Amino acid sequence: MDAADAPAALPGDALREGVVERLRADLGAGLIDSHLVPQTDLWVRVSTEAWADAAASLKAQGFDYFCFLSALDWMPSPYGKGEDDPTVEKEPLSTEVVPGVTGGDTRFQVFARVTDVRRHFGVTVKADVPDTLEMPSWIPSFAGANWHERETHEMFGITFAGHPDLRNLYLPGEFEGYPLRKDFPLLSRMIKPWPGIVDVEPMPDAAEEEDGTAEATPEEGGAA
Amino acid sequence: MTMLSERQQLSYIAAQAADARLNVELETEGMTLNIGPQHPATHGTLRIIARLDGEQVVWAEPVPGYMHRGYEKLTEVRTFPQVTTLINRIDWLGSFANEVPFILAAEQLMEVEAPPRAQYIRTILFELSRIANVGLFLGDLGVQMGAVTPVFLAFRDREHVLNLIEGATGGRFHPNFDRIGGLKDDLPAGWVAETRQVMKRMRMFCDELEDLLFGNEIFQSRTRNVGVIPADVAKSYGLSGANLRASGVDWDLRRDQALPMAWDKVDFKVWTHPDGDSWARCWVRLQETRESTKIVDQLLDGLPAGPVMAKVPRIIKVPAGEAWVSTENPLGEMGYYVVSKGDLGPFRVKIRSASFNNISIASWVLKGVYVPDIITILASLYFILGDIDR
Amino acid sequence: MMVSTSSTIMMAAEIPYWGQSLLRVLGGIAAVLLPAGTIVYVFLFKMMSFMQSRLGPMEAGPYGSMQLLAEVGKWLQKEDIVPEKADAFIFKIAPLVVLVSTFLLVVVVPFGPDAWFTNFQAGVFYALAIGSVSVIGILIAGWSSANKYSLLGGLRAAGQLIAYELPMVLAVVGVVIQAGSMNLQQIVVAQNTGEIFGWGGIGLPFVLTQGLGFLIFMIAVQAELTQPPFDMPIAESELVSGYMTEYSGFRFLMFFIAEFATAGVFAFIAAVLFLGGWGVPFSWFGWETLADVDSWMNVAGPVIMLAKMTALTGIIMWVRFTYPRFREDQLQSFAWKVLIPLSILNIVVTAVLKVAV
Repeated sequence: MDAADAPAALPGDALREGVVERLRADLGAGLIDSHLVPQTDLWVRVSTEAWADAAASLKAQGFDYFCFLSALDWMPSPYGKGEDDPTVEKEPLSTEVVPGVTGGDTRFQVFARVTDVRRHFGVTVKADVPDTLEMPSWIPSFAGANWHERETHEMFGITFAGHPDLRNLYLPGEFEGYPLRKDFPLLSRMIKPWPGIVDVEPMPDAAEEEDGTAEATPEEGGAA
Repeated sequence: MTMLSERQQLSYIAAQAADARLNVELETEGMTLNIGPQHPATHGTLRIIARLDGEQVVWAEPVPGYMHRGYEKLTEVRTFPQVTTLINRIDWLGSFANEVPFILAAEQLMEVEAPPRAQYIRTILFELSRIANVGLFLGDLGVQMGAVTPVFLAFRDREHVLNLIEGATGGRFHPNFDRIGGLKDDLPAGWVAETRQVMKRMRMFCDELEDLLFGNEIFQSRTRNVGVIPADVAKSYGLSGANLRASGVDWDLRRDQALPMAWDKVDFKVWTHPDGDSWARCWVRLQETRESTKIVDQLLDGLPAGPVMAKVPRIIKVPAGEAWVSTENPLGEMGYYVVSKGDLGPFRVKIRSASFNNISIASWVLKGVYVPDIITILASLYFILGDIDR
Repeated sequence: MMVSTSSTIMMAAEIPYWGQSLLRVLGGIAAVLLPAGTIVYVFLFKMMSFMQSRLGPMEAGPYGSMQLLAEVGKWLQKEDIVPEKADAFIFKIAPLVVLVSTFLLVVVVPFGPDAWFTNFQAGVFYALAIGSVSVIGILIAGWSSANKYSLLGGLRAAGQLIAYELPMVLAVVGVVIQAGSMNLQQIVVAQNTGEIFGWGGIGLPFVLTQGLGFLIFMIAVQAELTQPPFDMPIAESELVSGYMTEYSGFRFLMFFIAEFATAGVFAFIAAVLFLGGWGVPFSWFGWETLADVDSWMNVAGPVIMLAKMTALTGIIMWVRFTYPRFREDQLQSFAWKVLIPLSILNIVVTAVLKVAV
């Protein structure tokens, strides 16, 4: 939904609502959606073009502590968890893109968090990544975004316009592919069958689940 | 990598070898020194490429990734309880502290709160992991400067804290003790009394080290005014923990954030220092360690009785949603952004680790310093490789 | 120890010249290696360990006393590695240069009234000159290793060792003025026959009157040995091992022994210059001059020297295990701006008092 249809402000969290108001004033139509959990947290979604301006606006409002920046790939993994018995036929998994909080129209979204150390709260900002996979860079507002954008680039393939030196941070120079994308398989589960297959516990039926025993026994840790 | 061809693998290996080999030609404009992944000073496999003009650094860049384990990808194939075994190993010196923000995020999505006793014990173990972690830092500081004795004292006294953690959780380094809804077990008998003794001992250790190392004139001349980071630069890079407080920013997530932990039930002082140099960072950490021992004492005094686990279903399915929780870990601010789709495991976990931001400032702060100061600055910023590389 | 041919000898038979030379050589080796072994075991293995709240090596021999032999054996049997790009000849002779300078240094130290290797009239001059030869060894080790860390270590060593030669020399000048001679034997005699305001009870060890010189000398020795707080050339946490990085096996053993042997020999020299050397105050036994001293002093002298050497080395090692290291520029400014002016002041005051008083 766009700014004109903003939901009615929830009572009791004037601080966070004030942030939304100020962003609306600075970005206008750039502010697409917001999600407020009162007294807990605030999510804001902006348009792709307003991504860098959102950073500047938030910094001007006092959010000068840069927490992190990364990306989300909303497509579920077609490979599943790789814990199924390979001899058993399994159905192909759905790869329908379903976005999360504050919605989204694209498969990839970048998100970042900034904090105000004087007023003691932070904001998570999200934006859709267009099919060209190009986003403006946050470096003009927050110098610390440098490494985060490099990591996002190598893991998801998103380029940041205005980044001085967008090369790999973790991966070796010749690496091909973007590992954190859901269609990049987790090779350790592809190479050989997962050792825990024989011990996989069948899903309990609904009756047992509602019963809810007092102690939750942790599941056995699995090998990678 | 099975995806690369033979030719690509060989060329990758050759490129890495050429990269890592120390350059023999002396360029008179400046020498490129590779403080390589294997080095006695870097806490792990961090590589710093420095271009030197004599003994002065003209340009320096840290190259992380030698220990990248792909944690964010690995969490996507695990169930929620399995993720705790994994994230224990991010900051391996203060490992209980790594589990806590993730568990809190999952509990926030499930709308479950751990019972009061569990919250107190979680906070106590959190502070113990801080003492263990920063205790090592204090000793390690001496070794980086050349004083070989404090590190042995640090290890000797840290053993007591590790014994406590082992007594409660069963693991010295990787407790894996936190569960969604509470803790795995209650405390053993006699643990509370033993902890009080150990806290007294750690206070003595802090005093000893303050005298031996911090009072030493050479140490002071090596660290004062070395690597000054002003507050606004620190904030824009996301420096956290003692590094930020040493630049004068009064920001402590234990005090300034409302979390279902027991920090709001105790009185403690948040230490800051206006200078922002290496001395300030080291000094703030020393004071914080002492403060942690006092926090543990207060928590032990107020430990409530009761269960240590809330009612959660046997098979944990976290409802769909997104949550962000961060805590004041020994290294800085560590947080988890957990995206859940209602499955047994998370859909995506973004791990915000403190050392990643702390070391990203290295190329800014290392310009124009001497070679020995590189070591001093990195030692005072304090990172753990697992935290940078995840 | 060897006796000079012109005085009464302890053994019944006259020792032929080749025998004397052999004894001198063996004595010299013992004089260098015995202190090295003592220092390594007592201070490096045990004192450092106890300071650090641990026991140190305990396995080899009772209380780890054979550890040094075990280490020597280990190093001797290691592969001889010379880096490919290194200048092989220079790389191989560098540790020899350092070790040889130590042996050359010990020949001028007197261990008793007749127990000395050589008795140069300008013994002090010779000692200080030879002490600088090891600098060359360190420099060429750093350069020839074809390793940037070694080069940095070698360059730092060049600056540091040359800078700290000066305070060492100037501190000794005060002793020479006070003793009136550059002959080390004469300096010992001067201390042991001296009097403090007419009282000869403890002689006149120059540490009392040349206290500032003693302090400067010990600091300069610490720097000459590249021990912390002056171990920038080695700087383990930055340069891995500095100029010694590429050395392994037997060559590293030579550097290692040279480090501790030189510490011992410099401690001998400091004992001679400041603590009264091999002697006790002559007034205890009613001696007046060197000729009066009994022959048994030739056996007791080395023992006394060993004790004084151990005490001084203990201080060197104690400081070594406690202090962090100086940065190179702080180290240099300390030498040039603090130590040299102080030592010149010391000389001036000594000279004035010597002439006036």
